[in-house]
Amino acid sequence: MALVMEKHKMPEQDPKVRARNFQEVALGYDEDTAVAEAERCLNCKVPKCRQGCPVQVNIPAFIGKIKERDFDAAIDIIKESNSLPAVCGRVCPQENQCEKHCIMGIKGEPVGIGRLERFVADYQLAKNEEIKPIQFAEDAQKVAVIGAGPSGLSCAGDLAKMGYKVTIFEALHVAGGVLSYGIPEFRLPKDKIVRREVENLQKLGVTIEVNAIAGRLFTVDELMGEMGFDAVYVGTGAGLPHFMHIPGENLNGVYSSNEFLTRCNLMKAYDFPNHLTPIAIGKNVAVVGGGNVAMDAARTSLRLGAENVYIVYRRSEAELPARAEEVHHAKEEGIQFKLLNNPVEILGDENGWVKGLKCIKMELGEPDASGRRRPVAIEGSEFELDVDTVIMAIGNGPNPIVASTTPGMETNKRGNIIADEETCATTKEGVFAGGDIVTGAATVILAMGAGKKAAAAIDAYLKSKK
Amino acid sequence: MFKILKKQELSPGIFHYDIEAPRVAKKAQAGQFIVLRVDEDGERIPLTIADFDREAGTITLIFQVVGASTKMLAAKNEGDSIVDFAGPLGQPSEIHENMGTIVCIGGGIGVAPVYPIARAMHEAGNKVISIMGAKTKDILIFEDKMRAISDEVLIATDDGSYGVKGFVTTALQQLVDRGEKIDQVTAIGPGVMMRSVVEATRPLGIKTIVSLNPVMVDGTGMCGGCRVQVGDEMKFACVDGPEFDGHLVDFDSLMSRSRMFRPQEAQAKDHVCNIGLGR
Ligand SMILES: Cc1cc2nc3c(=O)[nH]c(=O)nc-3n(C[C@H](O)[C@H](O)[C@H](O)COP(=O)(O)OP(=O)(O)OC[C@H]3O[C@@H](n4cnc5c(N)ncnc54)[C@H](O)[C@@H]3O)c2cc1C
Ligand SMILES: Cc1cc2nc3c(=O)[nH]c(=O)nc-3n(C[C@H](O)[C@H](O)[C@H](O)COP(=O)(O)OP(=O)(O)OC[C@H]3O[C@@H](n4cnc5c(N)ncnc54)[C@H](O)[C@@H]3O)c2cc1C
Ligand code: SF4
Ligand code: FES
Repeated sequence: MALVMEKHKMPEQDPKVRARNFQEVALGYDEDTAVAEAERCLNCKVPKCRQGCPVQVNIPAFIGKIKERDFDAAIDIIKESNSLPAVCGRVCPQENQCEKHCIMGIKGEPVGIGRLERFVADYQLAKNEEIKPIQFAEDAQKVAVIGAGPSGLSCAGDLAKMGYKVTIFEALHVAGGVLSYGIPEFRLPKDKIVRREVENLQKLGVTIEVNAIAGRLFTVDELMGEMGFDAVYVGTGAGLPHFMHIPGENLNGVYSSNEFLTRCNLMKAYDFPNHLTPIAIGKNVAVVGGGNVAMDAARTSLRLGAENVYIVYRRSEAELPARAEEVHHAKEEGIQFKLLNNPVEILGDENGWVKGLKCIKMELGEPDASGRRRPVAIEGSEFELDVDTVIMAIGNGPNPIVASTTPGMETNKRGNIIADEETCATTKEGVFAGGDIVTGAATVILAMGAGKKAAAAIDAYLKSKK
Repeated sequence: MFKILKKQELSPGIFHYDIEAPRVAKKAQAGQFIVLRVDEDGERIPLTIADFDREAGTITLIFQVVGASTKMLAAKNEGDSIVDFAGPLGQPSEIHENMGTIVCIGGGIGVAPVYPIARAMHEAGNKVISIMGAKTKDILIFEDKMRAISDEVLIATDDGSYGVKGFVTTALQQLVDRGEKIDQVTAIGPGVMMRSVVEATRPLGIKTIVSLNPVMVDGTGMCGGCRVQVGDEMKFACVDGPEFDGHLVDFDSLMSRSRMFRPQEAQAKDHVCNIGLGR
């Protein structure tokens, strides 16, 4: 049979239509397309794809099951190493991971591994199978998980399946972490996917307490003392927004990407005033940054009704850290890329509102520590961009609330918790940590993987203590 | 769900609620606040912990009806519940023994959040002089409570219906004029009031603490919406504050930023009125 060199196309909403609504952009394969895409896989003896996957999902095996139309078996194989396939199938940067290494990618396009993962995950969610609650032993040991992001959720799920009684403490009023407050509805549906994953965990027997801010309502020492937990996993993410510290950042119309996306996603400001949280969006929006977060903020701005949306990024297209697919989607929808530009000042009007963004043009110089060519300002090249809203999407750091109230748990210079790469053990006995709070802002799959590793290590630790 | 155990209208549009939240009550300290949502479609709004009872497991909130969310909250009755209640948030007030003479100033609804601070100052053995300000006598709140924990209480009303006629700064000036040695002023109230207190104490070199109330979303340091300029630093009021050295605060930007969502707030209020409050 001749090889099909191209991926089967992902059905998508038309760019013009979707740029004005919040429904999911990518619609997913149907059964026949999924099977046809699976047929492209060569079932390599030494599957390179698997080495590219941060959690080493057995990719050829699950694709093989799709070929046989045994979708249940396919999803079971994925779930051995990935607890959130419906999420990862949608948001993983596959082009830098599994698909980057796929043999098919040398002469043509790699196998659509992410799309196939999403297909079987959605297939299983749609079946709405009953989830049997775990019967915990009377004297089962208790583990507390702080933070209900992908890392905390996967750690909790694995521990519950091992028979531990797990309580997740979440600061916000909704579980999911960035999956709920950051990544927009049009990339990752909340009710259909995120809430379902969370509910399934609850049905399994995991307790989730929202409105519970560790470090304020209780400390880690209290969790392990009077509250009776035998171990703690900290998965509090990287949720502290950075600003550029340029003049004008306190003007009205300036948001951090976190505030902007939280208002829209978590608080559903796109459905204002039915949902009561307001959002103010102008006609012309500049989003500063070039990562996934910037793309999400830009595409959200468009959907809220902005006419012109610019991405202002100080390096060139090749260095954009966002997923290729998201950059492509953004362009299709009409986002305008102002590359090799760096903001130097936000200009305000007499009422304290943004009226422009002053930028300076950049050129690429010698490679820096990250190996990327360093952007250098071109003297005298300042110009003004006519905008009334500015969204800062230049990265997030670790929130210090838990670390600063947990004596004995050390952090590095940047404030990230220090944890063992293999076991996620921190410098405090019985306390483990993983995900963005340890690595700095990274990816869903790495956070999820750390949660799973930690679950195994916590199990070993608790068994050794018995 | 968090139950409203007690509801009382202190003066028109100003309510006292006791909310059942034992774990928050156990940890609450003067100067801190909570964030609540009234219902599933509600917004997250911050309110100061005006009092707490660790034994009864309750938190007292005093709030003024100003817009959609406070209107919906006011429409609740004793025995009803609200969906979310998170705290205690923010840094507690810095309170210790031997601080000397503290002037605690509360303007309008600001009397409520200043009360637990004044009480703790008093319990730590400091001399507490309280200044309470209101537009007119009828809307003055917490007078008895303030008298019980203050060495002296001064009252200022805009119309002169009670106490001195004028602003809280008029009363403060009286203290200064009579030669009272003031070690610290703590002022809570509307932005304009706090700014005038700060301007009054600046030339006198009196340490002045203010509690800021920028627009907040999460209250945990995640959104940066509550950022304020303090000296040459950008601070997040919800985690670094809400109390700051008043002489360093950029009040213009603070007050301007609190108007960012005015048009939407008006729209939300209309919406809540139209759909009725019992939703
Ligand atoms: C807008 C945006 C888009 C992104 N897009 C992608 C993408 O396309 N693909 C991808 O792979 N990755 C993406 N990422 C990155 C990815 O979402 C994160 O790496 C991942 O969510 C980290 O997971 P986590 O569990 O470590 O932390 P988080 O998801 O941040 O969750 C941490 C949770 O802990 C809670 N918490 C914090 N402090 C406390 C406390 N003191 N007490 C209790 N709870 C607390 C927080 O409220 C939060 O719910 C994106 C991130 C953002 C912001
Ligand atoms: C730390 C802190 C403590 C506070 N303590 C009290 C208190 O004890 N009693 C009290 O009556 N009020 C208090 N406030 C103010 C209170 O949060 C607002 O009055 C309330 O959010 C208004 O909501 P609304 O929908 O009814 O009115 P809106 O019509 O939405 O707003 C009216 C005004 O309130 C302010 N506001 C609106 N939304 C928010 C928000 N999410 N966060 C902060 N301010 C907002 C804005 O300045 C706005 O212009 C406090 C604010 C902060 C930041
Ligand atoms: S590398 Fe590509 S072709 Fe080979 S097993 Fe993996 S997905 Fe299939
Ligand atoms: S309210 Fe979001 S950071 Fe302070």
